[in-house]
Amino acid sequence: MMKRAFEIVDHTADVGIVAYGADVQELFSNAALGLFTLITEPGRIEQRLHLELEVSSEDREGLLVEWLNELIYLFDAQHILFSRFDIESLTQNKLRATCYGEGFDSTKHEVKTGVKAATYHMLRLDKNGDGYRAQIIFDI
Amino acid sequence: MARWQGQLVKVDDYRWKIPEDYKAGMRVPGLIYASKEMLESMREEQTLEQVANVASLPGIVGYSFAMPDIHWGYGFPIGGVAAMDVRDGVISPGGVGYDINCGVRLLSTNLNEPEVRPRIKELINELFANVPSGLGSEGKIKVGQKEMEQVMIEGARWAVKRGLGYEEDLDVTEENGCLAGADPRKISDRATKRGMPQAGTLGSGNHFLEIQVVKEIFDSRISSIMGITQVGQILVLIHTGSRGFGHQVCTDYLRVMERAVSRYGIKLPDRQLACAPVESPEGQDYLAAMACAANYAWANRQCIAHWVRESFSRVLGKSPEELGMKQIYDVAHNIAKIEEHAVDGRKSKVCVHRKGATRAFPAGHKDIPRRYKDVGQPVFLPGDMGRCSFVAVGTQEAMDETFGSTCHGAGRMLSRGAAKRLLKGSDVVRELENRGIIVKAGNIPSLAEEASQAYKDITAVMDVVHQAGISRKVAMAVPMGVIKG
Repeated sequence: MMKRAFEIVDHTADVGIVAYGADVQELFSNAALGLFTLITEPGRIEQRLHLELEVSSEDREGLLVEWLNELIYLFDAQHILFSRFDIESLTQNKLRATCYGEGFDSTKHEVKTGVKAATYHMLRLDKNGDGYRAQIIFDI
Repeated sequence: MARWQGQLVKVDDYRWKIPEDYKAGMRVPGLIYASKEMLESMREEQTLEQVANVASLPGIVGYSFAMPDIHWGYGFPIGGVAAMDVRDGVISPGGVGYDINCGVRLLSTNLNEPEVRPRIKELINELFANVPSGLGSEGKIKVGQKEMEQVMIEGARWAVKRGLGYEEDLDVTEENGCLAGADPRKISDRATKRGMPQAGTLGSGNHFLEIQVVKEIFDSRISSIMGITQVGQILVLIHTGSRGFGHQVCTDYLRVMERAVSRYGIKLPDRQLACAPVESPEGQDYLAAMACAANYAWANRQCIAHWVRESFSRVLGKSPEELGMKQIYDVAHNIAKIEEHAVDGRKSKVCVHRKGATRAFPAGHKDIPRRYKDVGQPVFLPGDMGRCSFVAVGTQEAMDETFGSTCHGAGRMLSRGAAKRLLKGSDVVRELENRGIIVKAGNIPSLAEEASQAYKDITAVMDVVHQAGISRKVAMAVPMGVIKG
C-alpha cells in the first residue's frame, strides 16, 4: 500500500505538516509538497520553469528547515510556486535539488495560507518503520 | 496533546508561580498572570512548560513572565516577557518572534456613531481599495534598494518625510517610530528582497484594520488626554508588523544563533530558544538587524495610517484635520529592548524580550511622550473582530514587577484548523453583519480562523491585568467595520 506523502496537523497559532518518505530524499520532497499544499492547490502548479537549489545547515533537521525556508523565500520574494522536487543529492548537512513550478498567477492560483517561515518548534525527523517521518510547524 | 501537569503556587487571585525547582536548569521562577479559570485552559497545552524553559536562559532576572493572553509559541510562549542582564544574559530572536514589531496604532476622530453608521460600507470599501492587504499583497509605494535602507534607518520618519502623515504622529509613537542602532549592513539580501515589495501593506493572518465605536469610558481624565472624550466616538485601530522582512530577519538570525549556541556552550531545553550573549558579536548583530525590521514596521503602520486618513477624507468630504484624525499612540508587541530597570534594588541594564506583550511604562517615565507624562503610556489590547478592544495605560506596578510590560490582546484559544472545522468564513461574515459589524477580507474562508470563538475573551484578559495592577483600564470600544488581510 502507498503511504501518504504528508498530512496537515494543527497547532494553536499556526499549522504544521507530518511528511513521510521511503528514504530521506522522498521525505524532503514530500515535505516540500506539503508546504505548497498549505499555500495553494499544487495540482494547479504547472512545471513551466525549473530552479536548481543548494541548501546547507548544521544537521539534518536544520537542513529540512532551511530547505523549506528557501522555498518560502522564493514564493514570498519572487512569487514562484513549485510542485515537483527532484532531490539530487542529500547528505547530513547539504542538499541539492531541482525544483519545477511556475510564477504565481492570481487568476489561476488561490492562495490558501500565507506561510511565512518553517520553524524549529517541535521539529522532528525520525526513522519510521522502513522509512522516515518528519514533523514541521510553520509560522503563518 | 498532553496536559501540563506541573505545579503552580498561588500568590494571589491573579498571580501564580512556577517554582524554580520545577525543572532542572531554571534560574528564576515563572510568574503567570491569570484567573483560576484561565489556568485550566493554559494547562491544556505545553505553554507553561515554555514559561519554565525560558526561565533557564542565561542571565534572566526576576521571573519568566506569562501574561493572561499567553498561548503556545515557538520556544518562547506568545504573551511572554523575559528580561536578561546585558552583562551576562542572552538575546533570542525567538523571544521577539517572527513578526518583529508587530504592533498596534490607534487613531481618534471627532466623528460619532450616527454620522458613520450610514457610511460604514462605503468607508470599508474605500479602505479596502486604498490599503493594500491580503496574501501576497504588494505596496502602492515603490521602494528601491537605497530607499529600503532609509526605511530601515529612519522608520516612521521616512514615511512622514514622504508626506505620509505628520511630525506629531512621531511624538506619539513608541521610540518616536525609530529604534536606534539599526544597521542595514546586518540585513541579508533576501530579507531586503522580501521587504521591498511589501512596504506599506497590511498583510494577512491576524492583521487587521478596524473602525470602532467607543462603548465605555472607565477613566475620563485619562481618556480625554488621549482624545477619547465620549461614548459613541469613532476610533480606528491598525494592527500589522514587519511583513516578510521581519520573518526573514528572524529566520536568518535563528541560523546565526544556532551556531552561537554551540560556540558559547549554551545549554537549551528547546532548539527554538536559540540565542547568543547580548554583548557578543552575534547578539549585537541581531539587535542591529531587529532594529531595521522594527523601523520597517513603524514605517508600515505610518503609511497605512495615512491612507486611513485619506480614505475617511475622501468618503466624508472633509480633511483629516477637520475629522480630528489624530494618532493616540503606536506601540510594539513583538520586540526586545535594552532598558534600565531596578533589579534587586539596583539599577541595571536589561534586555527585555516582549513577545506578544506590550510595554506599559508609568506616568513620569522619561521614555513616554510629554502628552502622557501625567497619566502613563497608552496600551492597546485588541480583542477579536466580534467582541471589543480596550485602551489602557501603563502603571508603576508594571514597572516594579514586569519590567514595564503587560499583555497584548486576547490570545488564540482554538487552532486555525479547529476554527475552520467549526465555522465557515461566509457564516462568520453574515453573523457579524447581523450584529452591525461589516467585514471585508481578501480570503473569506480563512475568516473562520479569526472568529470570536477562536479567541479568549479579551474582557477577562483585561480584567486580570487591571486587577493585578500592571495596567489600568481606560476605555472600551467595539468594532463596526473590519478589514482582514
